[in-house]
Amino acid sequence: MAPAVRLHEAVALAGRFPLLAGASLEVSEGEVVHLRGPNGAGKTSLLKVLAGLLAVHSGEATVLGRDLVADRRWVRREVGMLGHQSFLYEELTVEENVRFAVRAARSSEAAIHPALEQFGFGGRLASMPVGRCSAGQQRRASLAVLVARGTRLWLLDEPHAGLDQQGRDLLDQLLAGSRAAGRTVIFTSHEHERAEAIADRMIHLAGGRVVEPPEPSVQAARQGAAAPASPTSPTSPAAPARLSSPGSPASPAGPATAVTEAPAHVA
Amino acid sequence: MLRDAVLVAGKDLRIELRSRIGLNQVGPFAIAVLLLFGLALGPDRAVLAPASAGLFWVAVLLSTLLAVQRSYAIESADAARDGLRLSGLDPAGIFLGKAGAVAAQLLVLEAGLTVGVALLYGAHLSGGLVLIAACAAGTLGLAAVGTLYGVVASGLRTRETLLPLLFLPVVAPVLLAATKAWNAALAGTPGRAGGWLDVLVVFAVLYIAIGTVAFGPLLEDG
Repeated sequence: MAPAVRLHEAVALAGRFPLLAGASLEVSEGEVVHLRGPNGAGKTSLLKVLAGLLAVHSGEATVLGRDLVADRRWVRREVGMLGHQSFLYEELTVEENVRFAVRAARSSEAAIHPALEQFGFGGRLASMPVGRCSAGQQRRASLAVLVARGTRLWLLDEPHAGLDQQGRDLLDQLLAGSRAAGRTVIFTSHEHERAEAIADRMIHLAGGRVVEPPEPSVQAARQGAAAPASPTSPTSPAAPARLSSPGSPASPAGPATAVTEAPAHVA
Repeated sequence: MLRDAVLVAGKDLRIELRSRIGLNQVGPFAIAVLLLFGLALGPDRAVLAPASAGLFWVAVLLSTLLAVQRSYAIESADAARDGLRLSGLDPAGIFLGKAGAVAAQLLVLEAGLTVGVALLYGAHLSGGLVLIAACAAGTLGLAAVGTLYGVVASGLRTRETLLPLLFLPVVAPVLLAATKAWNAALAGTPGRAGGWLDVLVVFAVLYIAIGTVAFGPLLEDG
């Protein structure tokens, strides 16, 4: 199956500081991938690069078969991102926000009301300005935008944050449905158990690079009582273990360590 | 591009109608500017009336700054600017839409200010067509320049102070030409405004063209 995402030695900078320092990875279409790593590892930066919000300074980056530098606008139309912030207009109602996003993406407006109802915005709630919604409702509204736009690649940064139990379960169902629909999902989450139950595989990041996952004992020590990395359900045939070539020279912007992609389903 | 422009302009105007910041802040600010000019020059209408065109356009210029800053403030909350970039909208369409929304608000404001200069300064409103044409062309130019420099300033922490520094020197030709055109109309010699109206039209077309091309890269770099 064609890769939905392919990065090779991708470097992204904030000023002169490397946010991605030569990241290499490949994600197949229809895969659900959990990005893991400590704070500052580059998870959010990686998602922003894939969404076209952060420029690729060097290296190769293709998303859905298109070059991320040359076809950034096309890529953005096919990508849905859920960030730490809502990307919504507070003065507009939930429905107006969803409608604006759908029209901007030239998607079908028939998807608007089903998406609103799916996230609990049936009836008068859809007419509520986003600024008056609770944080959880704003999160749900952002998810409704994502669903209504119907994009082929979802990039979700801590999607469970701010949602109640019902919302989290709904999100998990949605992600499981994405897999069946052949939609690719890359997400970060510090709720590892929940994430591992959803994901086909994990990719570990550290220092702006894709790395081998830490040894379970080391990981457990780092996370205290949190569960160590455990095998995720090996459901996806499109998620073989891969190791990229470490032979490329290190980026001048990043630390001089070998660039590797984490194997899938590492115990 | 035009479809995207209409979408963005509709969104911005809907937000402004709902927040009423234009009505509650920009409008009163412009009226206050007119009143302060009146206080500074004294109550003598023989002094105020000849100056009314210039004072009108200075009030419009200062109000444009507020309108442009407001136009980008709505994109800064909840990272809506990133949302706009992710939307897949044509950057030229975003530029035209935002400039169009600013221009629409300014035209409403100018209608109110026109009544203001008539009442406060005793300006005799003659040459209506020239007044309207100067407002239309001048406002488009101001909105285009403001939207273009607004996107430059909006990504910076110094945006509140940087925007006036970028904007005011560039729009000096609009102030000059629009004031001359209005003076000619108010003096009952609208035929003498033709050249100045040409300047306003050329300025507006030039900056709309520049903005259409340059807005995308500026939006990405901000």
